[in-house]
Amino acid sequence: KPKTKRAKRFLEKREPKLKENTKNAMLIKGGNANLTVTEVLKDIYAVKKPFAVLYKKKNITRPFEDQTSLEFFSKKSDCSLFLFGSHNKKRPNNLIIGSRMFDYHVLDMIELGVEKFVSLKDVKNSKCPEGTKPMLIFAGDMFDVNEEYRRLKSLLIDFFRGPSVPSIRLAGLEYVLHFTALDGKIYMRSYKVLLKKSGCKIPRIELEEMGPSLDLVMRRTHLASDDLYKLSLKQPKALKPKKKKNISHDVFGTTYGRIHMQKQDLSKLQTRKMKGLKKRPAEKSAEDGGASPKKSKSG
Amino acid sequence: MAAVRVEEVLAAAEEQEAEKRRSVTVEKELELEFDLGNLLALDRNPPAAAGLRGAAPGREAKLRALARDNTQLLVAQLWELPAERAGGAGGPLVARLPEPAFRLPREKPPPRPRPPTRWEQFARLKGIRRRKRTSLVWDEEAKEWRRRWGYRRAGGDPARAWLAEVPEGADPEEDQFARLRREKRERVARNELNRLRNLARAHRAGTAIPAAPLHPTGHQSREELSHVARVARVSTASLGRFQPRLPKEPSEPPSRNAGKKRRFEPLLGNLAAERSRQLELLRDMGSKKPVLDITRAVNKQLRQEEAEAAAAKGKKQSQRGKRGRRQ
Repeated sequence: KPKTKRAKRFLEKREPKLKENTKNAMLIKGGNANLTVTEVLKDIYAVKKPFAVLYKKKNITRPFEDQTSLEFFSKKSDCSLFLFGSHNKKRPNNLIIGSRMFDYHVLDMIELGVEKFVSLKDVKNSKCPEGTKPMLIFAGDMFDVNEEYRRLKSLLIDFFRGPSVPSIRLAGLEYVLHFTALDGKIYMRSYKVLLKKSGCKIPRIELEEMGPSLDLVMRRTHLASDDLYKLSLKQPKALKPKKKKNISHDVFGTTYGRIHMQKQDLSKLQTRKMKGLKKRPAEKSAEDGGASPKKSKSG
Repeated sequence: MAAVRVEEVLAAAEEQEAEKRRSVTVEKELELEFDLGNLLALDRNPPAAAGLRGAAPGREAKLRALARDNTQLLVAQLWELPAERAGGAGGPLVARLPEPAFRLPREKPPPRPRPPTRWEQFARLKGIRRRKRTSLVWDEEAKEWRRRWGYRRAGGDPARAWLAEVPEGADPEEDQFARLRREKRERVARNELNRLRNLARAHRAGTAIPAAPLHPTGHQSREELSHVARVARVSTASLGRFQPRLPKEPSEPPSRNAGKKRRFEPLLGNLAAERSRQLELLRDMGSKKPVLDITRAVNKQLRQEEAEAAAAKGKKQSQRGKRGRRQ
């Protein structure tokens, strides 16, 4: 139970909310991680800062057999995405990318093998500032056809999405991550975007290779069951956009509104004042036929 | 003559426009799907396998061209969004993004709605709605708009109030300032008590164990049904004494000794037992030496031993836990 305001704020940040925080990722090294895998983890940490934690020490666990230690780490650091790197003879240069929900239990885990890796420091180009929201592009029909690829796509989007913002500076769109699925391999490339002048409003795009590029092969998967996944997708009702009553749109885009009025007495309606038509006192008293105590203003 | 000229001019202008747009248009077989809230684009076209399967440098160039085309389309979509200049005329051009459409799983389950407080229930019952209050109040003495409460409030600083009138029915010797201070303290304490009670109620509601339903659901076992039948029998005004039994239902004797503490013996029962009990009681009361109750002594000893064992186990577990957790 919290005793200070600071502790209370800390706990409040971690409890379930209507609109959730940006997901943090934890990057863990396995017992036998080699240089390639360590470099991959460091590069992805650089891309995902400040929403990532990089663990420096090696952790001897096997995510596919035992998930308790991963769940413990996620509970301690409040991270809901993880990336686990390891290397052995049977599975060289292994990366397990995973996500979870519902009180820190593992939801999906996909094991990918890294075939080729070009790191950030190997590419001698200018880099974009850290924390930029990347543009994500997925190419290839495999990402729709295959169920595992679809889960992988949603996992990758969740991983690299960054904070969700209401508006974005158009000149600041500098970073793009491009994933291509071809022949059972997934090519991930990152480019820096240069906006060149074109004749019209939309600029012409030129890409410059930057940043980590990976060639991935899908190995094992541990996907959550369908109903558990559906349960995790459920959004609370309060987040649904409120429907405005009495407003309708038609096919052409015209908006129609409906106003409900009370019954109006048209004889007492306020119209333009025309001085010539004003009733003179003599006429009025003749009409009323008697002394009326209240003086009424003609209008 | 003039008409032809006009047509020529229009055609030339259109061609110029097309020329300009050529640098930013991209041809694709299938349209891409966009989710601008996430800055996401999905290309369903099967990638040109022939070019990409080849050697490495050729592949890089082909991938880069594909990426360039897709990015061009995504940027074109983003530039279509309603944009405004943030921070005045000279600021950067900012586009307003729509809500992210792609459904991603939540991190934690959605929070349960907290139960309404006692005031909220009452207000809902009576139909009382929140009145919006103005933040500033007109102060007559200072002749300006002051806050409703806080620093420099409208009624003057309450700590400096130098006059406290004695109300009509009050004791003239009573210290009014002390009374005001005491009443404020009481109000604050009552408010705090109510707030804590509301919190406790919300917390209890969150961790409540659902009781077994008393109406028939489809999934009750034999024991549950018999329990429910027993409860239903006893829920009459005479506590089930005059309820007729079903033909094959076994009759239960009225167990007036159901509780351990409130046990009533029948009035004219075992006279000899009652006599011996009363005589024993008198003897124990009259004796000088203290009486030893064997059962109570043994129970006390057992309880003490259990408590010691539990304390020792607890200490050992916490020690072991600390060692295991260190990473």
